Amino acid sequence: MPEILTVTQVTLYLKQLIETDILLQRVWVRGEISNFTLHSSGHMYFTLKDQASRLRAVMFKRENQWLKFQPYDGLEVVAAGRIAVYQKNGEYQLYVELMEAAGLGSLYLAFEQLKSRLAQEGLFAPERKKPIPLLPRKIGVITSPTGAAVRDIIRILHRRHPRVDILVIPAQVQGDTAPASLVKALQIAGGLNDLDLVIIGRGGGSAEELWAFNDEAVARAVAACPHPVISGVGHETDFTITDFVADLRAPTPSGAAELSVPEIAEVANRIKLYTGNLCALFTRLCARKRAHLERLVFRPVLRQPDRLIAVRRQQVDEGKEELIRRMKVILEDKRKSLRKEMARLDALSPLAVLNRGYSICFRETDGQVVKRSGEVTPGEDIRVVLGSGQLRAKVEAVQEDVSG
Amino acid sequence: MNEKLTEKTFEEALARLEQIVSELENGELNLEESLKLFEEGIALARHCNAKLDEAQGKVELLIGVEKGVAVTTQFVPEEE
Repeated sequence: MPEILTVTQVTLYLKQLIETDILLQRVWVRGEISNFTLHSSGHMYFTLKDQASRLRAVMFKRENQWLKFQPYDGLEVVAAGRIAVYQKNGEYQLYVELMEAAGLGSLYLAFEQLKSRLAQEGLFAPERKKPIPLLPRKIGVITSPTGAAVRDIIRILHRRHPRVDILVIPAQVQGDTAPASLVKALQIAGGLNDLDLVIIGRGGGSAEELWAFNDEAVARAVAACPHPVISGVGHETDFTITDFVADLRAPTPSGAAELSVPEIAEVANRIKLYTGNLCALFTRLCARKRAHLERLVFRPVLRQPDRLIAVRRQQVDEGKEELIRRMKVILEDKRKSLRKEMARLDALSPLAVLNRGYSICFRETDGQVVKRSGEVTPGEDIRVVLGSGQLRAKVEAVQEDVSG
Repeated sequence: MNEKLTEKTFEEALARLEQIVSELENGELNLEESLKLFEEGIALARHCNAKLDEAQGKVELLIGVEKGVAVTTQFVPEEE
């Protein structure tokens, strides 16, 4: 009768067997991630699989905090660690200590992931790019103070604009301490108010050597810099996160220098040209206005003002004559109507009646006109006014009018 | 006008100068306006030239920052 074992005994036996195997203490396994879960504890649980098999894997927080990329289902990785048995489930699994993305490479993956994250945050948005000043007075250059890049930058800046001031802010541009060094340099540059522009960059190198320029903290420091930043990292074909965040990306450090300042001789020429244009235009304008003025002055009316007066005088004379003529007509009219009125008045005059043979009799005592015979008494004095002359008379007798 | 001029950046001044030249080129202005623009243009050109001469072409290396002020030394890049 064989010995009967408990489940635990079997598991513990296998555990001991597996965990004392030298080979299984350090294995490199290549596979595709599936069933990836990030537990709230920070530990990662997933399965590595290939066409024919699968292997449970766990990566504790202590190790996965150093991962340069975020694992996800379907990603091909190479994981390093030890194989051990998880007693509770009776399962063997890979305890991952290191993990790299296969194929693309971990660095590339980290780059793409950081890039899309910062892009989503809007750090690359065109509207947050600061304009590059046309004529900076002082430029901060964040790079290594040794090497070709700083020399090229200074040479090109001063060739284009001999009078621009340059402040080299030294920073480590490769290695583990480079990101912190670049961040510090950017913060210092941001605090210097007399800088108009910042160039950040380094010469060409391997992807690893340029890696500091893909660091998230560096990217954020570039974004936070109050001065416009031009990046020039590596060669034409190298694109770094810093390039995307910078206000302007130059293909190389030399390119950054070229984009920083104008050819000053050309600008000075332009100003000279404008000044010349300005004077010429103004002179031409004055000449045109003067010609216009002269044309006006030579008009006959202004050249012979007496002509103008003669015309006016003639008009006045004509007006005067017309006035007199009209006045005469009016006077004649008035005279005519006066004569007519006078004739009418004449017709009504008592004198005219007297002329026809009538006479008026007045009482001498009070001058009253005598209209009835009874208004006088015999012997009373009367005065008779005739068409011409008067008679003084005495009433002899009073006769009542019987006929009328 | 001069008060504002000193506040103008180089590019603002240059852009205004360009604008003035093209306005005068159009020639639709009266004499007073033209004269005013001409004077402003000359002042702008002078301002731009002054800006060009402002810096001195120094090259310095930052060796520290004390109370927000850069401590620097003259810098000559090493030859190859």
